[in-house]
Amino acid sequence: MSEPRLVEVRRNVLKQNDVIARALREQFRAAGVFVVSLVSSPGSGKTMFLEKTLSQLQPHYRVAALVGDLATENDAVRLARSKAPVKQITTGTLCHLEAAMVQNALQEWDLHQLDFLFIENVGNLVCPSSYDLGENLRLVLMSVTEGEDKPLKYPTIFNSADVAVVTKNELAEAVEFDWNAARTSIQSVRPGMQIFRLSAKTGEGMEEYLAFLAQQLAEQRATTAQI
Amino acid sequence: MHELSIAMSIVDAALDESQRRGVQVSAVHLRLGALSGVVKDALLFSYEVACQDTPLQGSRLIVEDIPVVVFCPRCQEVRTLSSVQLFACPECGTPTMDVRQGKELEVFALEIEEEEEVQG
Repeated sequence: MSEPRLVEVRRNVLKQNDVIARALREQFRAAGVFVVSLVSSPGSGKTMFLEKTLSQLQPHYRVAALVGDLATENDAVRLARSKAPVKQITTGTLCHLEAAMVQNALQEWDLHQLDFLFIENVGNLVCPSSYDLGENLRLVLMSVTEGEDKPLKYPTIFNSADVAVVTKNELAEAVEFDWNAARTSIQSVRPGMQIFRLSAKTGEGMEEYLAFLAQQLAEQRATTAQI
Repeated sequence: MHELSIAMSIVDAALDESQRRGVQVSAVHLRLGALSGVVKDALLFSYEVACQDTPLQGSRLIVEDIPVVVFCPRCQEVRTLSSVQLFACPECGTPTMDVRQGKELEVFALEIEEEEEVQG
């Protein structure tokens, strides 16, 4: 005969990922590189936005990117046009990046030679929210064509992000995008979140966002220097 | 859909604990925060799949839903959110990001079958 007994174990299911993410964060800090991850739904304009970010930062900073994609290498090919080092992480059937994939992908790179590293996650607004990649800043993108209530439909990922970028602003008028409604829904799921509204295509609003990144890098280095 | 990989991590953790203790597990108790990014139904289904051909096959996954609890800076109290779509104090409406609970994804306990010791 047997009778059930309850044994408390308390194990964080994502501990393995969190341990690697912590090690990565420390590695990034020591190398003085500022790491930005990008999450969004498919088709929000993430690759175009990243392409412009890389090419506009490049005259002033050393930049590189890791790109997660399910099957193709198209994004890496597009981003390579910016002349920045770009590496593809093909995830196969996996819908998100994990810290170990980032760690593997970075093995051949000398992080000390970089100022900014961008990590483009797989286009998905659900799964990436659970996985810490060791990034300094998580940026969530939504395009004006996706609807103002996107944050309310995917509150977890918006809540886990640090900054929101509303893209494809050149289409805002055509789709009658309600900026106030979008801002309200973002602030509802993530109070105090900084929001950039821009068009990677026309360049409108890019300057303010790039200045913000530069400031983040400067602040991180100032903090590291104090330690 | 990343619940299958989460389920496999749960099975790994539970197996590791049960093997260390030399016990047979009949159920795994999981604490699942509303902000964990994991869908409960998908996880329950994935758990069965992940258990196949392991010593955990046939075991149950018992999920305890953990709501989001925040600290309201105005009331100076912890408050439970009724929805993850509104990060504001349900009493006074003050927005807050001071999350105290709700991100859990934790194997909390194992229900084990205890074999009675055979004397002799």
